[in-house]
Amino acid sequence: MPNISRAEVAHLASLARLAVTEDELTLFAGQLDVILTSVASVGEVAADDIPPTTHAVPLVNVFREDAARPCLTQQQALSGAPAAEGGRFRVPRILGEAS
Amino acid sequence: MTDDLTRLTAVDLAARIQAGEVSSVEVTQAHLDRIAEVDDRVHAFLHVSTERALNAARAVDEDVAAGRAPASPLAGVPLAMKDVVVTEGVPTTVGSRMLRDWVPPYDATVTTRLLQAGVVILGKTNMDEFAMGSSTENSFYGATHNPWDLDRVPGGSGGGSSAALAAFEAPLAIGTDTGGSIRQPGAVTGTVGVKPTYGGVSRYGLVAFSSSLDQAGPCARTVLDAALLHEVIGGHDPMDSTSIAEPVPAVVAAAREGMSGDLSGVRIGVVTDLAGGEGYQDGVLASFHAAVDTLRGLGAEVVDVRCPHFRYGLAAYYLIAPSECSSNLARFDAMRYGLRVGDGDGASAEDVMSATREAGFGAEVKRRIMIGTYALSSGYYDAYYGQAQKVRTLIRRDVESAFTSVDVLVSPTTPTTAFRLGERTGNPMSMYLADLCTIPASLAGIPAMSVPSGLAPDDNLPVGLQIMAPALREDRMYRIAAAYEVARDAAEGGPQIQRIPEWGVTVS
Repeated sequence: MPNISRAEVAHLASLARLAVTEDELTLFAGQLDVILTSVASVGEVAADDIPPTTHAVPLVNVFREDAARPCLTQQQALSGAPAAEGGRFRVPRILGEAS
Repeated sequence: MTDDLTRLTAVDLAARIQAGEVSSVEVTQAHLDRIAEVDDRVHAFLHVSTERALNAARAVDEDVAAGRAPASPLAGVPLAMKDVVVTEGVPTTVGSRMLRDWVPPYDATVTTRLLQAGVVILGKTNMDEFAMGSSTENSFYGATHNPWDLDRVPGGSGGGSSAALAAFEAPLAIGTDTGGSIRQPGAVTGTVGVKPTYGGVSRYGLVAFSSSLDQAGPCARTVLDAALLHEVIGGHDPMDSTSIAEPVPAVVAAAREGMSGDLSGVRIGVVTDLAGGEGYQDGVLASFHAAVDTLRGLGAEVVDVRCPHFRYGLAAYYLIAPSECSSNLARFDAMRYGLRVGDGDGASAEDVMSATREAGFGAEVKRRIMIGTYALSSGYYDAYYGQAQKVRTLIRRDVESAFTSVDVLVSPTTPTTAFRLGERTGNPMSMYLADLCTIPASLAGIPAMSVPSGLAPDDNLPVGLQIMAPALREDRMYRIAAAYEVARDAAEGGPQIQRIPEWGVTVS
């Protein structure tokens, strides 16, 4: 059963791209442990032969005509951008120092 | 008599507007005045769109003056919109710092349908950040207060919408319900909240939390008002691939039928697994049993029903929803919209993304993202996410089996009345328990609603009766809720909502 350490929280946070603080590591380690121990009760149910449900209603592929439809203008698409340049999203460099 | 206008039902307001007795502008202004008067204490709204609202009202008044048919039965009636629904040109924050300054470039389908129906959108209501929470205390912008007792929570995540209704700031509101975020706020504020069948209302333009569960729905002070709003926003939308391509159930006709007060021939199942035990407040159970007696008195046949896997619903939900959220919220990467922190000085995209998400998300959102990341990671996937999905199947089967012998299922909406602000913020599991009764319907995808069932005898705060129906059979629950509402008001000598304390006096 779960026993979430600060190191594990740090690992999860890194996977989830969250630069958590030292204080948060301690706080979340305790809280995630309580939560994960509680939700682990799903394992009490014998369900080996039970199919999983991903959606409450069965999903089927939905098709539409391949026709042009109104969409956002370039200006609208960039309207919420933290930084834009030359009609494009300006992003930080993709590769880090070590890459 | 602007004070009176805020106390009327949407049905009443629409009729008066169409009859020319009052203009939509007057109705809208009355609600804007009410917001200005009380919202510093309630904090239901994050944004009020005064000019847009008055312009929409003027357009309805011009239709009336010109003798044109109303765009819908709710033309000219004001509404409070949960801030998870995107609105072109109007800020949409989702209660998060991440989207503090975001002004969407498009409208959600729900927004479009409301505008086309002539509904007047007053503004955007407060909510738990990204709809994660049961008290609205997780909003970056501060908590909302329950109009029944300003020291208590209005429920969550849609506490702004429920509080706006109870404070007479709006007669109609839109909520979204993933595990109970429409129904539980409805219960603790003495208002009506409906989660439609999954796929019954378009999700296009809703900021996603848990895509297999999220569902928008109507909130109001009466069952009939909720039904009218349901028909305005419901129905197939090609922009949402999970939208059901079926007509909207005839919920308005069902509510009107129910108002006749006869439930003979209706079979109601009491879910014994959700009607007592640890965590249930005595006053809630007393109110629930009295409501069941009332339903029996209206002619319904009431039987006990077992749903043995409902007890695992909370655990399954708190694996499935965080897993989907950890995926959905990956879009907040500081690149295309929303907050960006730590750019410059050679920082990489990954550095900026991590710093932004750390600064932009609150504690509950971070917890859920990490729980989801854990549950989906290799080595844990089968025991957590995979097993939760199997439990979801078993809960669906419980529901299917129950509906072979009864028309609807009933339970309390939430185990307690409104708790005090701050009471549960330090203990996430205690907060999650507020969703105990609402989660099974969410996992099964069936419609469910909360209708006020009077005040708890032990603390004089509102209690909700939850009614669950088979998929696309919303008509059944609206009929029963409307019949119950008429009987409740007759027994109590008037609408329950009018018993709300006249504060302003009680507030510091």
